[in-house]
Amino acid sequence: MLEIINLHATVADKPILNGVSLHVPAGEVHAIMGPNGSGKSTLAYVLAGRPGYEVTQGSVTFTPTRHSGLEPGPAFSSEGAEGRQIPGRARDDEGGLDLLAMEPHERAAAGLFLGFQYPVEIPGISYLQFLRESLNSQRRFRGEAELSAGEFIKLAREQANLLGMDADMLKRPVNVGFSGGEKKRAEMVQMGIMAPKFAVLDETDSGLDIDALKAVGAGINRIMRAPDKGVLLITHYQRLLDYVEPDRVHVLRNGRIERSGGPELARELEREGYTEAAA
Amino acid sequence: MTAAFPTHKQEEWRYADLDALQPVWEQFAQPVTLTVGAGEELEEIWLPVADDVQLRRVQLALGEGAKARIFALNTAPVYGRIEIEVSLAEGADFELYGANIGAGLSTNEFVTNVRHVGPGGRSRQVIRSVLNGKAVGSYLGKVEVARGAQQTDGEQSVKAMLLDRGATANCKPELEIFADDVKCAHGATVGELDPMQLFYAESRGMDPASARALLLEGFVMGLWDTAKDPNAICEAAREALRRVV
Repeated sequence: MLEIINLHATVADKPILNGVSLHVPAGEVHAIMGPNGSGKSTLAYVLAGRPGYEVTQGSVTFTPTRHSGLEPGPAFSSEGAEGRQIPGRARDDEGGLDLLAMEPHERAAAGLFLGFQYPVEIPGISYLQFLRESLNSQRRFRGEAELSAGEFIKLAREQANLLGMDADMLKRPVNVGFSGGEKKRAEMVQMGIMAPKFAVLDETDSGLDIDALKAVGAGINRIMRAPDKGVLLITHYQRLLDYVEPDRVHVLRNGRIERSGGPELARELEREGYTEAAA
Repeated sequence: MTAAFPTHKQEEWRYADLDALQPVWEQFAQPVTLTVGAGEELEEIWLPVADDVQLRRVQLALGEGAKARIFALNTAPVYGRIEIEVSLAEGADFELYGANIGAGLSTNEFVTNVRHVGPGGRSRQVIRSVLNGKAVGSYLGKVEVARGAQQTDGEQSVKAMLLDRGATANCKPELEIFADDVKCAHGATVGELDPMQLFYAESRGMDPASARALLLEGFVMGLWDTAKDPNAICEAAREALRRVV
């Protein structure tokens, strides 16, 4: 579903990613662990298309699978009369998209979601307005009908309730005055509303107390554990992986995947540290 | 008798588009006078009109304990000027919330002179400018606190967003204080849209133009929060933003 091949990237001319290769098949959750400065957040930003993060080599192919549910509609089939192409983007035979050639908003419309390590504050714009505009932009781009204000508020309330967040917080300006934990919960509410195909979650567990960690973990499982979805979970610690069991664990170090293994690798890292585990 | 045509040497006309002003000067030479009696309240919403050159020149006298609140959108295609001279008697309260929204070669400006004559008065001026192309947006605001006007509370907050390197924001808050027990704050910033906010909005699915428009909307719309019926000015400001972004 997400195929990263030999990805090199620089930030301000400094090489950060030095040949990352990684394949996340549909239906799987992969964790990326690694010491500070190993390139984890850079990988997340490159996948989402943040300006200033220059890809110098390599490719990323994103293959959103056909939606198997009843709603919100078959936006991404590569064949059939009801299927729609992402305008102006060529697909390969399996419907794979050249992710790195797409703008950030096109990646979002194609079904990619980035959970920010530091969610951004936007004064003057309510969460409801921000998210409705975001979702409807995606839907317009995919040729789907926009949600009315009433439909959207219902959806937003549902998702907030499922994450244990007071829905009235969505009337406040985006992330302004939110605690660290509230911001992370709000990221998961956003993910529930957008219903992406693939989520890259950058240290979504940092700054969370135990209750919030449980709620966020349950949210990830509920929203993203499905045969046609995939997750790349970037984390420092084992503890989120107690709630969201990964199918594979990768260790990123010096901008490369240094080791890969099953869920037991995360426990080994937690026990022995990155230096020991790498030796 | 018509007042003499202004020159750029006069501080309050320093950034004015005098060429645009010349043909219409006759009709604006004399300011309009408004008086709010003791204890009374006035709320005005000043919407833009269709003319290339738009001026409002107002002299406002606030009696004891009087309140005036003005919401103004300045977005003339060529030259817009909103000029307010206010005098505040004891305990009077004056608020101005204004936006300059401009593109092309337009010049839009707020020029104020707030005179605290009596004690215990309060004034608050909040100006936001969004400027694209080679547009100029200015705020020249003078706050005078007379000798007897103790416990005056004067505030000026001025922020400008420049969307193009050719755009210009001028900001000149000025304080003239002859009383010793007063509080007068002013702050000014000139900036561009925050790249991280833009990326955040785009990563959620907004195309760059929509993301910019939304962020600018947030920057301006907070001005009208306290208006009794903000719908018309909200709509006019949105329309102006759509035009200049």
